Amino acid sequence: MKILFDRIDEPGLNTLEVYERRGGYESLRKALTMAPDEVLQQISDSSIRGRGGAGFRMGQKASFLPHGNMDKYLVCNADESEPGTFKDRELMQKSPHMLIEGILIASWAAEISRAFIYIRGEYDHQADILEAAIAEARDAGYIGEKILGSDHTISLVLHRGAGAYICGEETGLLDSLEGKRGNPRLKPPFPAIEGLYHGPTLINNVETLATVPHIIRMGGKEYAQIGTETSTGTKLVSVSGDVQRPGNYEIELGMPSREIIYGLAGGPFEGREIKFWFPGGSSSPVLTAADLDLPYDFDSMAKAGSMLGSGAIIVVDDSHTILEVMHKLVKFYAHESCGKCVPCREGTRWTLRMVQRIQAGEATPMDLDIMASVQEQIIGNCLCVLGDAMAMPVGSMVAKFRPELEAEIEAARERAEGAEMADVIPVGVADEHAGPYPVH
Amino acid sequence: MSAIGRREVPRFGHGSRVPGWDDAVDLTKDPATIPDPAVTLVPSQLRERIAQAMAKYPDRRSAAIPALHAAQEEHGWCSPEAIDQVATVMQLTPAYLTAVATFYDMFKTVPMARHDVFVCTNISCSLRGADEFFEAMQKAAEDDPDLNVRSFECLGACDIAPMASVDGEYIGPLEPDDAERIVEDMRAGRTVLEHKQLRYRRCADPGVQEEAGDFGPPDRAQTDMADTAGLGPEGDNVDRPGPTAAIEMPAEEAAEENDSE
Repeated sequence: MKILFDRIDEPGLNTLEVYERRGGYESLRKALTMAPDEVLQQISDSSIRGRGGAGFRMGQKASFLPHGNMDKYLVCNADESEPGTFKDRELMQKSPHMLIEGILIASWAAEISRAFIYIRGEYDHQADILEAAIAEARDAGYIGEKILGSDHTISLVLHRGAGAYICGEETGLLDSLEGKRGNPRLKPPFPAIEGLYHGPTLINNVETLATVPHIIRMGGKEYAQIGTETSTGTKLVSVSGDVQRPGNYEIELGMPSREIIYGLAGGPFEGREIKFWFPGGSSSPVLTAADLDLPYDFDSMAKAGSMLGSGAIIVVDDSHTILEVMHKLVKFYAHESCGKCVPCREGTRWTLRMVQRIQAGEATPMDLDIMASVQEQIIGNCLCVLGDAMAMPVGSMVAKFRPELEAEIEAARERAEGAEMADVIPVGVADEHAGPYPVH
Repeated sequence: MSAIGRREVPRFGHGSRVPGWDDAVDLTKDPATIPDPAVTLVPSQLRERIAQAMAKYPDRRSAAIPALHAAQEEHGWCSPEAIDQVATVMQLTPAYLTAVATFYDMFKTVPMARHDVFVCTNISCSLRGADEFFEAMQKAAEDDPDLNVRSFECLGACDIAPMASVDGEYIGPLEPDDAERIVEDMRAGRTVLEHKQLRYRRCADPGVQEEAGDFGPPDRAQTDMADTAGLGPEGDNVDRPGPTAAIEMPAEEAAEENDSE
């Protein structure tokens, strides 16, 4: 079943003409004939859970916003920076009007009159397309004062970021949108109470908002029929890494993971086996080949000790060592930590040095225990979850691949020692002094 | 960091880029001064772009990032003069803007080559050989002062891994051999590796392809802006990369596709 990806490759879908020909903005018209509460009820009925990572119910989040006449804001989080995630990119590039329509409906439901799209600065092409689409929609009267003869007044501004992973975190994003360094804020107050410019703010992911027109079109209850009971609807899954056909796939939530990785993405290359996989971006604890038969939905992933996250599956096959992936992962979080909270700032750097220590052959198996305990000290001790996002996968790697890591520590140590011996002992002398210590 | 090394920034001692770093501080002076509009000259197009950006937000400070983007385009990097100019127009202190500029990866706080090649070396790309490509790319651009090759965190295009963003244009999947071609294309001012650009890539989902039957092959004449659906660049007969592995297409659709080329 294709909802978001329905004929997504149709040429010109990014233009208003084609989008309208396909019935675009009909949901907006329908929503505007309804009262905001009714629209919100439809969204709540659909039980749609946020597609950005946390999986919080959108209807519930929107209902936290206070009622009444005040400056309220809607921010669309298009700062898609989670490693392995690229679904919003394809959606914005190919069907920008779907997102705009979703924003217009969601802002009506929560009685918001100012909306922003925060797109990551690297998505230059996608931002250009969105900007053109917003201009088209404005000219056609979908954005502006009292749109389509209703009481809904809305402005929509596209804001380009400048490359910082932390700006995908909702409060970091708000600070960045206010023109500051993107440091996360203390919660509570949550953005729904006090967010952008201290006003109540609804923040949703691109995919979540793009689904809203379809919820209105189908009706919330009907949409809730798709997927599983607690994970309703379809989800865009970005499959990448060691698979034959990496790309975005729209699946019904609850599809077996094996079917996604093997059926849709073609599975690993000839003669290779899946070693482990990240089910929801690089921030999710890793799962192994034994978990492949789990249904892919929010609860099953949580039950398996991981999370669905942004729906980015990264597959790693047996040609790669666990240490190599861990190094890349930790380096990324050490680079992207904003530096506000000590456990994250020091913890990520410290873990990186620990990994480098293993690579240099200076580590002992006890270091793995220390590493695991450091991860535990990061989790839950910072303003945002960037530190947790490194600690959880690293912790799971140490727990699940300890024998391999120990073997690597040993191998690296032998390598380093071998290099040392070769440096010190002149050729021919080695045999005579075959003791455990290098000869000086 | 650039493969060719950064151009030297004037240093005033102790590695400081600020002249007067060792002067005694005047405690009676306001530490955060906004540059005087009467003294700081701002190019008119830059002033206009910043003013337009400021008008979009309820709070003018929100325009800091767009304004710095504009200034960087104008000056090539966020130089002290560029920061001063933005500060003048936005009526903010240069210190505030420097704090913002140093936070984000895309702002250059040291002078660098004009053209950027960002090679993604994050997990998904490195699993498929991004590190080898990055090395090849660095080597290929070694003696080109116009190219700034750096590794970048996940650029959000793992479907074309390993990939790179060349002046904002996403290309992939790349082989180490492509590095030379990229440098050649950039030197000649051509579109870089056009047949590997992300914008022409079709959706990988086989379900989408099946339902695609109700529209014909893309027509460039009609869809100038719509460059997203496997559409060939003008005069291009190269194979579209398409989804990485072949996806079975209905016979008539395949025929149509062949006709269009």
